[in-house]
Amino acid sequence: MAFESLPDFLAMGGHALYVWLAYGAFALVLAVNLLAARRLKSRALREIRFQARVDRKETCD
Amino acid sequence: MGLKTFWHKLGSPRWFYGIANPWRVGFGLAAALLLSVGLVWALVYAPPDYQQGNAFRIFYIHVPSAMIAQSIYIGMGVAGLVLFVWRMKLADVAIAACLPVGMTMTALALFSGGVWGKPTWGTWWEWDGRTVSTLVLLFLYIGIYALRQAIMDPELRGKASALLAIVGTINIPIIKYSVDWWATLHQPATFTLTEKPAMPPEMYLPALVMALGLYSFVGYVILQRMQGLVLEREARTSWVRELAG
Repeated sequence: MAFESLPDFLAMGGHALYVWLAYGAFALVLAVNLLAARRLKSRALREIRFQARVDRKETCD
Repeated sequence: MGLKTFWHKLGSPRWFYGIANPWRVGFGLAAALLLSVGLVWALVYAPPDYQQGNAFRIFYIHVPSAMIAQSIYIGMGVAGLVLFVWRMKLADVAIAACLPVGMTMTALALFSGGVWGKPTWGTWWEWDGRTVSTLVLLFLYIGIYALRQAIMDPELRGKASALLAIVGTINIPIIKYSVDWWATLHQPATFTLTEKPAMPPEMYLPALVMALGLYSFVGYVILQRMQGLVLEREARTSWVRELAG
């Protein structure tokens, strides 16, 4: 391990600002990509289900 | 299955949707495993650099994100070529799915580069060959994205974005050789196919794990997006309706 303690780890030898900014951006980019991809697919599925219901209703009427 | 059958089957959105599932799950699992190992390794166990100290840890996200930003663009260029030569609709789906992922990865490469540059070079931004050509890469992603938003006709939209994707690949060798052509602050590549990295394994191995993890991650996200786009485009077909339930 490169660090003695948790505060030592968080301080990153005086480079905390830069290291955590970079890793924070990394986490943000991953989260945004994950959520956006999931939303794209679930929205498509929702719309297809909705349209199918509408069509079924029309044929019944 | 032979290569020719595989190629032929890619023309079927339904077949692609099915085959993408196990691949997506595999990429997702690999990404979760590799990224968690890689992050702990890079942040906690890798030694600090003797000159840069702990700021060196930014390397573990900067280099993988830059590699992937370029790889995704090459992938888009290949998809553009496939679209032109074989008129495969799935290639257009691939371009559309790659765009936001590649764009954010390029932004991450630039941002982490700036954040790394400040403590090591003394500046957030340096107009050197590599940063500028990577900025061009970001503009190419944004440009193709804007183009797709602007063109309503799907046929024309596909062709125009494929063309721009192909033409833009000229920028990839420029990014690659920029550090050799213009001697600047930016250090040359750490990873090449022909030589061993000029750093000890305890420093480059975590970077390799992070890179493989990030490749798996974008594999997962791009396949997920492609599946979503296929569903949108095939919304009126019976197989999609059955699948949606």
